[in-house]
Amino acid sequence: MAAPSIALKSHEIPLSHELKGHVGMWCLIAAESAIFTIFVVAYLFYAGKSLIGPYPNEVLHVPVFNSICLFSSSFTIVMAERALKRAEIKLFGIWWFFTIALGAIFILGTAREWYGLIYHDHLTISTNLFGTTFYSLVGLHAFHVIVGLTGLTIIMIFTALGYVTHEHEYRIGVFALYWHFVDAIWVVVLSVVYFIAR
Amino acid sequence: MDPAIPNIFHPASTPADDIHHLALFVLAICGGIFVTVFSLLVYAVVKYRRREGDDDSEPPQIYGSNQMELAWTVIPVVIVFVLFLATARIIHAIEDKPMPPGTLEVVAVGHQFWWEFQYPQQGFITANELHVPVSKGANGTPTHIKLLSADTDHSFWVPQLAGKTDLIPNHPNETWIEPHETGIYVGQCAQYCGVQHAKMLLRVIVDSPEDFQKWVDGQKTPAAQAASAAHGREVFEATACVNCHTVTGTNANGKFGPDLTHFMSRETLASGAALNTRENLRQWIKDPDVIKPGALMPAMQMTEADIDAVTDYLETLR
Amino acid sequence: MLDADSLSQPMFVPEAGAASRPFLERLHDWIVTVDHKKIGLMYVGYGVLFLVIGGIEAGIMRAQLAFANNHLVSPETFNRMFTMHGTTMIFFAAMPIVFGIANYLVPLMIGARDMAFPRLNAFSFWMSALGGIILYFSFVGGNGLYGAGTAPDVGWFAYAPLTAQAFSPGHSTDYWIIGLLVSGIGSIGTALNIITTIVCLRCPGMTMWRLPMIAWLNLITTGLVLIIISPLTAAQIMLLLDRYLGAHFFDTQAGGSAVIWMHFFWIFGHPEVYVLVLPAFAILSEVIPVFSRKPIFGYNIMVLATIAIGFISLSVWAHHMFTVGMTSYANAFFVASTAAIAVPTGIKIFNWLGTMWGGKLIFATAMLFCIAGVAQMLMAGLTGIMLACAPFDWQLGNSYFVIAHFHYVILGVIVFAIFGASYYWYPKITGRLMNETLGKWHFWLFLIGFHLTFDFMHIPGILGMPRRIYTYEASRGWEVWNQIVSVGVIFQGVAVLCWVVNLLWSVYKGRKAGNDPWDAWTLEWSTTSPPPDYNYAIVPTVRSRRPLWDLKHPEDPDWKYE
Repeated sequence: MAAPSIALKSHEIPLSHELKGHVGMWCLIAAESAIFTIFVVAYLFYAGKSLIGPYPNEVLHVPVFNSICLFSSSFTIVMAERALKRAEIKLFGIWWFFTIALGAIFILGTAREWYGLIYHDHLTISTNLFGTTFYSLVGLHAFHVIVGLTGLTIIMIFTALGYVTHEHEYRIGVFALYWHFVDAIWVVVLSVVYFIAR
Repeated sequence: MDPAIPNIFHPASTPADDIHHLALFVLAICGGIFVTVFSLLVYAVVKYRRREGDDDSEPPQIYGSNQMELAWTVIPVVIVFVLFLATARIIHAIEDKPMPPGTLEVVAVGHQFWWEFQYPQQGFITANELHVPVSKGANGTPTHIKLLSADTDHSFWVPQLAGKTDLIPNHPNETWIEPHETGIYVGQCAQYCGVQHAKMLLRVIVDSPEDFQKWVDGQKTPAAQAASAAHGREVFEATACVNCHTVTGTNANGKFGPDLTHFMSRETLASGAALNTRENLRQWIKDPDVIKPGALMPAMQMTEADIDAVTDYLETLR
Repeated sequence: MLDADSLSQPMFVPEAGAASRPFLERLHDWIVTVDHKKIGLMYVGYGVLFLVIGGIEAGIMRAQLAFANNHLVSPETFNRMFTMHGTTMIFFAAMPIVFGIANYLVPLMIGARDMAFPRLNAFSFWMSALGGIILYFSFVGGNGLYGAGTAPDVGWFAYAPLTAQAFSPGHSTDYWIIGLLVSGIGSIGTALNIITTIVCLRCPGMTMWRLPMIAWLNLITTGLVLIIISPLTAAQIMLLLDRYLGAHFFDTQAGGSAVIWMHFFWIFGHPEVYVLVLPAFAILSEVIPVFSRKPIFGYNIMVLATIAIGFISLSVWAHHMFTVGMTSYANAFFVASTAAIAVPTGIKIFNWLGTMWGGKLIFATAMLFCIAGVAQMLMAGLTGIMLACAPFDWQLGNSYFVIAHFHYVILGVIVFAIFGASYYWYPKITGRLMNETLGKWHFWLFLIGFHLTFDFMHIPGILGMPRRIYTYEASRGWEVWNQIVSVGVIFQGVAVLCWVVNLLWSVYKGRKAGNDPWDAWTLEWSTTSPPPDYNYAIVPTVRSRRPLWDLKHPEDPDWKYE
């Protein structure tokens, strides 16, 4: 293969193939942000418009512990990535496990909150506009957490079986980006549902 | 008198006039742009075509021209700005117009597939054919129409009288008309509302002030109690007709279907789907699906004698 | 490196006995392929199939409307026809063809060997295909297990509350929802793929400002797709929740809003039409220069104008809602934003004119379609300006004037561009040229039919004919215009038949094309026709927007002027 006879200037060299995972994941994040935006808009539009109760300020309590767990899982996943970079697979596995655990606690906490709302406060998706928009928005987020937990668990299994090495650092990073996105969405949902539109 | 073709370029009412003027202005500008650019395109296609015997050399490779780009950016921006100003003025003139004291108030409720018209100032309800007074001279008597819906989305469109405005449940809207000439103006529902959207027709009868008053007086009288139709009335009240229809002064006060108190004062039935003749009326009562398949009025499976009786009765409701 | 030597050497040696492989094996090849070219062709084939089906649905409507008080089909059937026609044409004809062309051409034109995520590419195609199958299954299964089948009949934009269980019982509406939800997943996957491909897989030397127009405009298009499909998905999930879990998003009895469905739908719906038209603009921008023998006039401005169109298109949606009773200020805002989008669109029309000006125009069939496309974009843009002026829209909206306007864009620009693209790139895809005589018949018949139908269709709208009505009274004065409109459809049908026959016949009997039958300048013409599976044996390096021009004119290369 002949060497190119024109030398390219640095600005003529396009973005590397190697970055395609990140670019692709950012595209997915853009699309997912759009769907969350619409559910948030619906939530805000219908805030205060329910014809009958229960109303948010009667039944909602800020899920402090749950949120701390979810936000911490972003920290633990970063620690896992750093361990993997240093090829410390066992440490990576431990931090990864904690990420799953924290995410699972979040989901269980959400389930517990919903149980109380449904059976104790008699709030369902069909009760009123608040019920409709609350369960759909929080539920959409919880669905994304569950998808993330599923991916995390698959990677956990591969790690336990010894297939994950430090060569997978880039791909793990792309997946971690998704997990951080899920966290960032929780910042928005938490603010809107439990503070702004309460 | 037959209604004219509902041409938006034959306006007969103030808001339609305003739109007409804007339309002509916009058409003139768009027409000018079209003629100019299309001519240039035709010119280019003719002048710059490759000809027989032409050598195979390439023409001058022009990459662009900043001056041209500037020109054909600035000029369209100016045109767009002018159009925006003209449009905004008309939007305001129509949407935000205050109604004078003599305004007639009407509430229109859209149903699948008919129109309910309430006259709150006069205290009666009618259906499908809207009577309004003509508005002449300095003290106008426009008609202000509040638009509600009992079920799905509809749209009130009588092209010669005004632009269309939608009737949306849980979202009251309003429109107004100010007709200058007496006559009959036709329109129809302009937002798909279900299977018989096509036959949810509108008839607006613009009366002289005297004729309008006569009509109002007629609508305010209670239902006729003709002895000749007593049997028909019995059948009407015994069959489920009363569950859907109202005839004031009787025990029929259903709200699902049109008010029939002065049914014979209307030129058409089934919201314009057929002329109000005895034959059509009988057919409608016997089986609505023949005239308007999918209409929400069921065929009541009556005997022929009962159908005749009910038809007789309805024909007395003048 | 791309040079005169590599152009003259064969890029690959065809497999011995390739033609005699068993049919099932070749079919299997296509089903499991992850090659962007095969996937692109499957997208286009799928789209063309649904184009024909959607055309039949239109034909049924036009036959019914040709006479006042006609009884050819029932109102129920007619309402299903317009719903399915609109949904099919937008989601299962136009979008797949657009994605298919992008899939085939983008990697070739940026010097890449495939898309960034080939398996995702295949997955996205099959999801889109599944969506169409689900929608059409409604003809069989629409009323549930024991009822007769019925297709959805709520209109392609499915306004609430007509779509509530109360007004649309049975499952026909659900097939509309689910078919589109599923194909939406495919759309997002493809969009993600095309963006990543263009951003990360360009060949050396291909800076963003040297991208071919096809790549630039598909980049902006897929960026729009990423943002707008989700609002539709969200609204459809909300509708499903309303219909099955008793939610109240659009339940006006519980305080819900029918108008918010319109907002969510049109936030998707309006940019969607730009998703369809920008790739058509890209085709015009590739074909017109080659047959004018000049580069595209004002490349930088064309790109910037398209980016502007992309952004502005996200702000105009409520011009579909001028009649719902927004305040005068809201109406005025949407007048301004809608009129504003005319400026970059006009710039593009002028730049195409500038490309042709001073050139040496060759009237190949591909070029005829593209020139007609430019003229028709001018007309369609102007009727769009008329509709942008809200009070004028209060008369013309929801009437046959609007139907004429948007078909002018979709058929007059997008389909014309697609036809042009087929004549232009068919030699690259198959190695043979399409028949020019049959192509001219196709063009002239379709041009006549298109104008008969859609020029005259403006008139019933002006005379008060609303859309979505299965019949009308004779006294309205609409009959003669409807008849002319319906006659045009016959011409279009015959024309499309010419095209399909040409497509099939030319595979076997078309003249061999060689690498570069049109003496063009972008990278795809440097490889063989058809290209090998791996596109390029040696990844090219480029120095300008027209790498083949540089090679053919070493004394006057583009990179000296760009």
